[in-house]
Amino acid sequence: MTKADLVEAVYHRLDGFSKKESADIVESIFETMKETLSRGDKIKISGFGNFEVKHKNKRPGRNPQTGEQIIITERRVLKFKPSQVLKNALNV
Amino acid sequence: MNRSDLVEVIAKDKNIARRQAERAVNAVFGAIADAMHAGDRVEIRGFGSFTTRDREAYVGRNPRTGTQVKVPSKRLPFFRVGKDLKDRINGDD
Repeated sequence: MTKADLVEAVYHRLDGFSKKESADIVESIFETMKETLSRGDKIKISGFGNFEVKHKNKRPGRNPQTGEQIIITERRVLKFKPSQVLKNALNV
Repeated sequence: MNRSDLVEVIAKDKNIARRQAERAVNAVFGAIADAMHAGDRVEIRGFGSFTTRDREAYVGRNPRTGTQVKVPSKRLPFFRVGKDLKDRINGDD
């Protein structure tokens, strides 16, 4: 499934909106989520899951190809925690 | 930000009724969940991809009482962040 399929789903669920408008709405949803997460804020979608930015400290690592020791720099990563509702929904 | 905050932002941004924005947001997450239920992979370029992994049933133990419990097979959801979003979160752009 791609963004085009999501546009299709939104298009069928709305009244009086064109495909193009549906596509703009889907675009706005993901762009808003990206902006929110880029600021470091978390997103909680009830019944689906939470997207949270976590801070990782630097730590020693190794290049698995050469065995060379390197420092993995500090960074921010995105964690998705699925809600129990979603986990249950996948198994019915 | 929660679901209704997101609906609010979309309604304002696209200048549409809150009810329509709510339907759109629900349609997006509903469709992603439906695809995962079917075991499909959902890829949103620049955002990330949603996949599922199937786990076999196994016999586990209640760590408190030590009694054996059968854990049924199940399908679990996973999310992998896309490159564009990953870089933006790290401030690399």
